[in-house]
Amino acid sequence: MSKSNKRTIWICIIACILIAVIPFAYGSKHGATFGGSDDAGGELVKKNDSSYKVWTEPILEKAIGGELPGEVESLLFCVQTGIGVGILFFFLGRFVERKKLGKEDQEL
Amino acid sequence: MSTRLPKKQMWIVAASFAVAICFGIAPAANAMHIMEGYLPISLCVFWGVIALPFVIWGFFSIRKIVDNNRRTMPLLAMAGAFIFVISSLKIPSVTGSCSHMTGTGLGALLFGPAAVAVLGIIVLLFQAILLAHGGLTTIGANCFSMAIAGPFVSYGLYQLGKKLHWNKKVNIFIACTIGDLFTYCVTSFQMAWAHHSNVGFAKAMVTNMAVYAATQVPLAIIEGLISIVIILALENYATDEMKSLGFIEA
Repeated sequence: MSKSNKRTIWICIIACILIAVIPFAYGSKHGATFGGSDDAGGELVKKNDSSYKVWTEPILEKAIGGELPGEVESLLFCVQTGIGVGILFFFLGRFVERKKLGKEDQEL
Repeated sequence: MSTRLPKKQMWIVAASFAVAICFGIAPAANAMHIMEGYLPISLCVFWGVIALPFVIWGFFSIRKIVDNNRRTMPLLAMAGAFIFVISSLKIPSVTGSCSHMTGTGLGALLFGPAAVAVLGIIVLLFQAILLAHGGLTTIGANCFSMAIAGPFVSYGLYQLGKKLHWNKKVNIFIACTIGDLFTYCVTSFQMAWAHHSNVGFAKAMVTNMAVYAATQVPLAIIEGLISIVIILALENYATDEMKSLGFIEA
C-alpha cells in the first residue's frame, strides 16, 4: 500500500474516534443523556399527532410479554456486530494472506 | 529476558485499547428506524409496495453479478457484513442522543444501488425480529429510506463525481456521507408525512429533521471516512476483484 494511502487510513481512523468521543465527553459533562433518537422520535409523534395510537408492538416484545431487558438487547446488538466483523475480517484476512503469498491471480 | 514488546506491537496494543474504549463507553440506547406500529397501516402498505420492486430488482442484480463473476462473491459478503457491523454500532452525537450509521454507501458504490436493497432488508429483518428495533410493519418504509433512497443517492453522487474527475477519496467520502444523511432525511419525511395533524406538515418536517437528521451529521461523516478506509484496503488487497467489478480501471 502506498505511503499516502496509509496516511489517509490513519487520519480517517483518528478522525472517526475523535468525532465519536468528543460529543460524548462534552455532552456527558453538560447533562446529555444520549438516549436513542427513535425515543426522541416517539416523543415527537405524541406532540405532532396526539390522536395517534401505536397499533402494534415488536414481535419479540409480544413473544416475551414485555420490553426487552437492556442487557439482553446490548447482547443481541453485540451478536450482530460479531457476525458482521467475523465475515468482514475473515475475507479481508484471506485477501491479505493471498497477497502475501503472491497468489493474487487465484480465486479466494 | 525482557518482556517489553517491540515498539510496533506496542502501537497495535495501544490502538486496540483506544478502539475498545471508544465502543465500550458508548451508552446503550435504542438507535433509529421507524418503530413497530408508528406508521398507520395505509402507509405501511404504501412504503412496502414502493420498496418491493427495488428488492426484486436487487435480487436479480445480485444473481447477475454472481453469475458473471463468482470471484466477487467475497466482496458481496463483505459489503453485507459492513452494513451489519455499521448499523449495530450506536454512536453518541452532538445533539445529545445516539444513532447508528447505515453502511449502505459502500455496497452501492461497489455493486450498484439495487443490490443494496437486498443486503439492507436482511439487516432490517434481523433487527426487527431479534432486536425489537425497527419493525416488521414498518420494514417497507425503513427499507426505502435505508436500503433504497440512501444508496441511490450515494451511487448517483459517486458517478457524478467520477464524471467531474473529482479526487477518488473525496468522491467516496461525499457519496457515502450524503447518502447516509439522505437516509435520515427520508425517515424525517416519512414520519412528518404520517404525523402532522397538530402542527402541519412543514413544522413536523422541521422538528423531525432536528431529531433524526441533525443527530446523523457527525455519524454520516464517520461513515464516509470508514468507507474510504475499507475501499483503500480492498483496492490494495483485492485488486483483481475490484477490477472485475469495474471499480478500478483494468
